[in-house]
Amino acid sequence: MTTQLIVLAVLMGLVTYPSRALPLLAPGIERLPRVAIEYLRLVGPAVLAALAAVSVMVVTDEGRSPAFHLGIEWLAVAIAGALTFWRRNLLVGLLGAVVLVAVARALGIAELPLPSGG
Amino acid sequence: MRQDVPALNEDAPAPAGIGAIDPVLLAASRQRLLVEGLGIAVSALAFGFVYGLSARNAGFSPLEAIAMSLIVFAGAAQFAAVGYVAGGLAWPGVILLTALLNARHLLYSAALAPRLREIPLPRRALMAHVLTDEAFALSVGHFTRIGRTDERGYWIAAVASTWLPWNLATVVGATLGGQIPDPARFGLDVVFPAAMIGLAVGLISGRRELAAAIGGAFLAVAVSLIAGPGIGIVVGGIGGPLLGFLTPTRADAPTVALGSPESAERYAMPGTHLQIDPPPPGRASPDKDGLP
Repeated sequence: MTTQLIVLAVLMGLVTYPSRALPLLAPGIERLPRVAIEYLRLVGPAVLAALAAVSVMVVTDEGRSPAFHLGIEWLAVAIAGALTFWRRNLLVGLLGAVVLVAVARALGIAELPLPSGG
Repeated sequence: MRQDVPALNEDAPAPAGIGAIDPVLLAASRQRLLVEGLGIAVSALAFGFVYGLSARNAGFSPLEAIAMSLIVFAGAAQFAAVGYVAGGLAWPGVILLTALLNARHLLYSAALAPRLREIPLPRRALMAHVLTDEAFALSVGHFTRIGRTDERGYWIAAVASTWLPWNLATVVGATLGGQIPDPARFGLDVVFPAAMIGLAVGLISGRRELAAAIGGAFLAVAVSLIAGPGIGIVVGGIGGPLLGFLTPTRADAPTVALGSPESAERYAMPGTHLQIDPPPPGRASPDKDGLP
């Protein structure tokens, strides 16, 4: 069993804890310029969308350059986004995406995934 | 530290322990906290399980997946880390994006600081570790209802409703994840990107967020095709918000301040909508003028 990523978890924890603790432990330290607050507000949607897009649109075969990919995963992710927006419930979106892909692959309409970029 | 910007906790309410509390009001509010917390706990169980499953599919060992939940304990950042690792992103990139994604906690912590300042430092240090979007939204709602701080209420919100179920479900997901012979046959390989897009959708409340999301996705894919997914994700995550800045906002568009209860609800696991009540008559809102 590998344990290398535990070190990464510790490092991630080390950069996460100060933002949770500093104002509680040292009041007054939290003053941030408004432009920084606005930037941070936009980081969430950008990072998450970037991860989703790379995960379904970029494939990386070993020894070859990354390539653009078009498959059922695109449709599944689009449906997940639409369902989540409509029902305001991520679990519904996840379920819709998984069922679509599972059925499409069982019927032979869609191929099994290539190595993903994300 | 900037001195030309007002502190986030100015005009803060009275700290813990000041003023009498109606025991009936406290009991009723705690009861409601438990009911709301139960909804959060169910959601944390589901998402913790999905996280454990995704982490195993991405090559994490069960121990690594569980350690991340225990140490980092931040849902969106953990899901994102699964993608970073699967995409081969170098650790400095993972750490930078994690810091940016989790920086919003600074504002939650700042909003809670005046309420918790009378609690001994070691306990506050522990409270900080379990501060999440859900814990903030639940506890602020509870504090607002009773008009003061209730430490036990915070622990209910942070540990019983979120930390415990999230970590238990991670253990189950990480353990079972490795025993599914061919996850792609069941469509489980799309759980990760679908979860990412669902979380992103929950955060979009205006043109700027939409532009940041679309711009981030476009940049990430374009750069990934040239330089590899690891670099592409970093460029998308950092460049997307800059594209959002270039997008004009409607003058009448409602905005949600980062670090506010409404913002916490958006970052919280979607499907767990919390109702933040206005404060009782005669009491100032705990966050009024205290947030950007």
